[in-house]
Amino acid sequence: MNPAAAAPVRQGGTNTAENSPRDGLTYRFRNLLGMEPLTAEQIVFLLDQSKPMQEIQRHPLKKLATLRGKSVALAFFEPSTRTRISFATAASRLGADSMNLQAESSSLKKGESLLDTVHTLDAMKPDCIVMRHSSSGAADFVARHLEIPVINAGDGTHEHPTQGLLDALTVRDRLGKMDGLNVTILGDIQHSRVARSDIHLLGKFGCRFKLCGPAMWLPRELEQIGPPGCSIRRASCMEEALVDADVIIVLRVQQERMNEPALPMDEYVMLYQLTEERLKMARPGALVLHPGPMIRGLEIDPSVADGPQSCVLEQVTNGVAVRMALLYLLMGTPPEEPNVSDAAHENRFYRPNVS
Amino acid sequence: MRVVEKSQLMSATEIDRTLQRLAHEIVEKSGGTKNLALIGVRRRGVPLSQRIAQAMREIDGVEVPVGTLDITLYRDDLSKVAAHPVLQSSDIVFSVDDKDLILVDDVLYTGRTVRAAMNALFDLGRPRSVRLCVLIDRGHRQMPIEASFVGRMVQTSDTEIIEVRLREVDQEERVVLVDRVE
Repeated sequence: MNPAAAAPVRQGGTNTAENSPRDGLTYRFRNLLGMEPLTAEQIVFLLDQSKPMQEIQRHPLKKLATLRGKSVALAFFEPSTRTRISFATAASRLGADSMNLQAESSSLKKGESLLDTVHTLDAMKPDCIVMRHSSSGAADFVARHLEIPVINAGDGTHEHPTQGLLDALTVRDRLGKMDGLNVTILGDIQHSRVARSDIHLLGKFGCRFKLCGPAMWLPRELEQIGPPGCSIRRASCMEEALVDADVIIVLRVQQERMNEPALPMDEYVMLYQLTEERLKMARPGALVLHPGPMIRGLEIDPSVADGPQSCVLEQVTNGVAVRMALLYLLMGTPPEEPNVSDAAHENRFYRPNVS
Repeated sequence: MRVVEKSQLMSATEIDRTLQRLAHEIVEKSGGTKNLALIGVRRRGVPLSQRIAQAMREIDGVEVPVGTLDITLYRDDLSKVAAHPVLQSSDIVFSVDDKDLILVDDVLYTGRTVRAAMNALFDLGRPRSVRLCVLIDRGHRQMPIEASFVGRMVQTSDTEIIEVRLREVDQEERVVLVDRVE
């Protein structure tokens, strides 16, 4: 579904007269569709580019003019508050405008096809589209048809790449590294695009995964949800899942799935809730991540959610930084050259000469 | 198009002497180091600002705060370049409010970098004053900007490039004038 990244292309570095970065290594991204096609080096580059954006969020004046005159279309075909606001904030901080399309008010309700809707949106000449859709592969499909960059803000049960990046940034900031960690993911992994992006990203850095949750929420073929050779195991109980964990990712329990007769809510709380008692089974200082919205008292105990090991609010702040970096990098790329259109939908990148 | 080296403008010893002189000049004109802070503009302004601070320590025995500024996000040509340049971190741990700031860079040319640097500084607070210190002033200004402290003035043509090479960045230490030839 997600095409592999194209081979790196060397691009001649131009040395301008004043302040030229003679050894600035860069990657150029056409789209951001998922973590799966990216290399570890590209991911490190994206996280490094988020650092200056984190600094800007600590400035007394947070508004820049870097992307002044550019606009970002936020096409959310599925309800979302936090991700949409995070992207809108990121665009605004860099001086870009954002145009909003929300599912509730959109013509999709009136029967217009996805392609017609995005073509209409594209005709309003945004410089980038941020897209969320309930179908896996929707962002990839749209990227194949549009000239402008597409950022996947969540497609079905496939990927949520910016969440993966902000999780990795949070882990790297707190632990000083993200290599070779033991990562435990709790909850509905089968339907979680967050889990998929996290596994694809952290898996490239040698992290080992343990998944724990009700049997029908655990994916059957584990090797298909991570990079090749990645260690992914099912844990049959919380104790097994949490022992030696450096990072614990608690997923949101989708209330609508609670209607499934096999799973009463109080049983879920009893078996899988992350409590203070259970957190002690993990390594001392293990991080607790949650993509939000968090349901206190269901998948997570309030004392854990508010405790010193919780990174929930840092994740939100880092989300804006990661999205600022992506908008900055993607919106600096000129329109596609016609002779390489076969790779137009891929996460293409260039490496300039070190001169 | 090739780039050829035309002449050497400064040796390592001359760079060192010039920086010593600039440090003395800044201290003299400021009536001491009180309230001063140095801001090095990435990249080569950074080692220069650190060396000036070292020289001031030897003059006055006082530690002058030094910060680092990356101006990439404030450049005025981003809509014109093919790919957005790589960002670096800025590192200014002190408050710039009410400080007398000395902005340090290697070459003053069009003045656009300095314009961007001032915008960046004012997003951080309200300094009492901002002055500019450069190792080389090569003319050709496109902005109403002048330096308060200049290492050396050099007459150049448009096609020429001044390369300040510093051991911290370039593993050699000298200033050269190079030219672009077809």
